[in-house]
Amino acid sequence: MKAVCWEGRGDVRVETVPDPTLLNPRDAIVRITSTAICGSDLHLYDGFIPTMRAGDILGHEFMGVVEDVGKGVTNVKRGDRVIVPFPIACGRCFFCTHDLYSCCDNSNPNAWMAEKLYGYTASGLFGYSHMLGGYAGGQAEYARVPYADVGPFKVPEHLSDEQVLFLTDIFPTGFMAAEKCNIQSGDTVAVWGCGPVGQFAIRSAFMLGAGRVIAIDTVPERVTMANEAGAETLDSMDPDVFYKLRNMTGGIGPDSCIDAVGLEAHGPHIDYVYDKMKTMTLMATDRISALRQAIHSCRKGGTVSVPGVYGGFLDKVPFGAAMNKGITIKTGQTHVQKYLPRLLRYIESGDIDPSFVITHQVTLDEAPRMYRTFRDKKDGCIKVVMKPH
Amino acid sequence: MDATTTYLEREHVSRVERWLSIAAGSALAAYGLKRRELPGGAAAIAGAALLYRGATGRWVPGVKRRTGGYGAGMYGTGVIADRDSDTRTQLGGGRGIHVEESVTINRPMSELYRFWRNFENLPTFMNHLESVTMRDEGISHWVAKGPAGMDVQWDARVINEVPDKVIGWQSLTGSTVSTAGSVNFDDDSHGTRVTVHLQYNPPAGRVGAAVAKLFGEEPNQTIREDLRRFKQLMEAGEIPTTSGQPSGRR
Repeated sequence: MKAVCWEGRGDVRVETVPDPTLLNPRDAIVRITSTAICGSDLHLYDGFIPTMRAGDILGHEFMGVVEDVGKGVTNVKRGDRVIVPFPIACGRCFFCTHDLYSCCDNSNPNAWMAEKLYGYTASGLFGYSHMLGGYAGGQAEYARVPYADVGPFKVPEHLSDEQVLFLTDIFPTGFMAAEKCNIQSGDTVAVWGCGPVGQFAIRSAFMLGAGRVIAIDTVPERVTMANEAGAETLDSMDPDVFYKLRNMTGGIGPDSCIDAVGLEAHGPHIDYVYDKMKTMTLMATDRISALRQAIHSCRKGGTVSVPGVYGGFLDKVPFGAAMNKGITIKTGQTHVQKYLPRLLRYIESGDIDPSFVITHQVTLDEAPRMYRTFRDKKDGCIKVVMKPH
Repeated sequence: MDATTTYLEREHVSRVERWLSIAAGSALAAYGLKRRELPGGAAAIAGAALLYRGATGRWVPGVKRRTGGYGAGMYGTGVIADRDSDTRTQLGGGRGIHVEESVTINRPMSELYRFWRNFENLPTFMNHLESVTMRDEGISHWVAKGPAGMDVQWDARVINEVPDKVIGWQSLTGSTVSTAGSVNFDDDSHGTRVTVHLQYNPPAGRVGAAVAKLFGEEPNQTIREDLRRFKQLMEAGEIPTTSGQPSGRR
């Protein structure tokens, strides 16, 4: 089959590889009909996530049709149309049984690697480094899906791939980010980053009762898309974001701040240059200007919710501000499985049509070009969906 | 161990000291096993003593030993193992390598106990074991995978057993490998806490080198991975793998 493989920093290629096979009783094989490039794939592309190996198959936002199931899988069968959540979860450990699917205890075959860095491992992920499982991803014609009785989620035929594909990651990720803000009716929520996760966070914040959403980004088409959702917007390269947020909120600050940027932040201030220098010289792992600004801007007693991906040890975190203002920080990889029934209802009832975020639809062969376009934010690119068949 | 006896009264070692002990003990043990000669052996033994201290918070007991078995009483299962059933007796106290690891499994104690008690199941999650065969009168025959196809074998008997709670075993006197172990199952709000103690003393010569290699340079990590597979098997019903999946590697 054809698959998108990571070959090194800034180098992905479409390779011909063997078809996947069932390896465990609870496995399924899915024939992939749609697969997306995620913003977090760019962290791999840019070499920010350790323990990638040349030849690894990328991709963790995919859906398709069940082709084969192991003897331990009873609730999905050949021919079922499913979306596949990006965290691989056994469904039976303490964490899975407490709706903390992305913290599954059992799904990472390389748990020891993650334990060295994080103390305890999170769940395995599709196509997201050996430290997080080393599982082949879904930017391919077929994928092997472990614990197929827990992950794959059947979707109704009357909804298109484009409407349900983002249940795999970015819709629940944006939604969980907003939910963790504990939004009270009429609250003001500030969202850093208007990429796909930011877009879903904006819409989810409104769905959960926010009165105002202020979105912060500098890419024109992303800002426009945020405006279309009803958000007010600020330019992230404006040095006065803090000052403007304060004045827009009557001197209080936003009730909640969502960092949907993560570890490759850009910014107008000297701290960005500092992070850039340190990460380039391998003295730091993450660029964190968005997170700093979110903590600094948040009102006293407010919540900073972090769906953005971070990898290692963060430098110059304004923890004094967090402590003295009594900030609550919420974060985590998304517990996708937990949110699926609820978010599918929102889609079916027409409260949201996630396909709004798609700007590019291509074949799998175009992956190398689309990774570049997406990273460089060229051609109005916000979300790429690939059709492997 | 003379220096240690002065500390006997201070049973509980401070937390920081425990970590330092574990770190220093592991390093010494690894170093000692690597050398496989007399000074190395001495280092391994000193390392084991430190490991014991780090893992249990107690110094290796000398003459003035307190009551309470190692495999059971200390963990409040209500079972007091007497001196004869103590897993250390076989090895004469703190000799050899000692490992303690624990894992919490979201299954009932009785189920985990039953699976473990049939020692023939152990090789499904203990990678260094080739097979365990149950024989008559509580004796089991253990075959471990040695380096270069050299099998290491021994017979063991159960020395301590409380249904659903504790299993303790040790190798028969005269075995080439001197080893003892125990597993405790305790109720916990997160499931069942499974704690394994394992002690082994590599004999001299080629067999010793083979035994040392079995558990690797980090025996704690080896046992930890075994317990992880046990948990995966009992909770998820399978051990996760990526072995055999496609990639673009040529």
